Amino acid sequence: MRIRLNPSALANTRWPEYMSRFLIGGATTALAGVVAKEFGPSIGGLFLAFPAIFPASATLIEKHEKERKHEAHEHGTRRGRKAAALDSAGASMGALGLIIFAVLVWKLIGELSPWIAVLIATLSWLAVSILVWNTRYQVKSLCPPHGH
Amino acid sequence: MLEDILIRVVVGGLTVSLFAVLADMMTPKSFAGLFSAAPSIALATIGLTVAKEGRAYASIEARSMILGAIAFVVYAALVSRILLKGKSSALSVSGSALSVWCAAAFGLWLAFLR
Repeated sequence: MRIRLNPSALANTRWPEYMSRFLIGGATTALAGVVAKEFGPSIGGLFLAFPAIFPASATLIEKHEKERKHEAHEHGTRRGRKAAALDSAGASMGALGLIIFAVLVWKLIGELSPWIAVLIATLSWLAVSILVWNTRYQVKSLCPPHGH
Repeated sequence: MLEDILIRVVVGGLTVSLFAVLADMMTPKSFAGLFSAAPSIALATIGLTVAKEGRAYASIEARSMILGAIAFVVYAALVSRILLKGKSSALSVSGSALSVWCAAAFGLWLAFLR
């Protein structure tokens, strides 16, 4: 399966949708800070991995897939749900990388320059996420769901 | 405090939006989903936290973030499974499953960090 970057896909997203993601993301980030201030960093830290814009993103994916199918005069409800499910499966693999990110920041931020620690952690998140995704894809290719 | 909140809203909103735009452009969908679990909130706040509270404070937050991320794995896997098997909309499933993230994150916190 080829990974593609398709900038024209951005045309499907409308300004209110960009705005809602900006506001939800900003509000969650502020919430994490307020919770840490009120209840301490141990509780506040949990919210650094809060699935902030996940419901909004999943809804958009479902909606865009439905619209595409509707334009092709096909029933898109099921396809829309499946597209959102695939996105969620990808997110669960990305979240495995997020665990590595947090472990590295925890261990390295006291030892290295914070920026270097965060850079190493971010690159590791990306590498681990892609590795898990690729491994799962390879395993699925070897074991097709219907046993053919 | 208000200034701090406003900075977090703007920086957090921009970082989260950046990863969302990246995800929009990516195919296949399962690969794009990786960016739904990007460390966007952490990236937006770690710099501010280190500058205001110091590295030890940021380290404590990151240790708790490990548990939040484990809860995220559970949450996203559950949402994917329900969407594939069930008939509910993405919004209702992903929205109501946020309670599962909360239960998992706070349950792990009570078990390991309290």
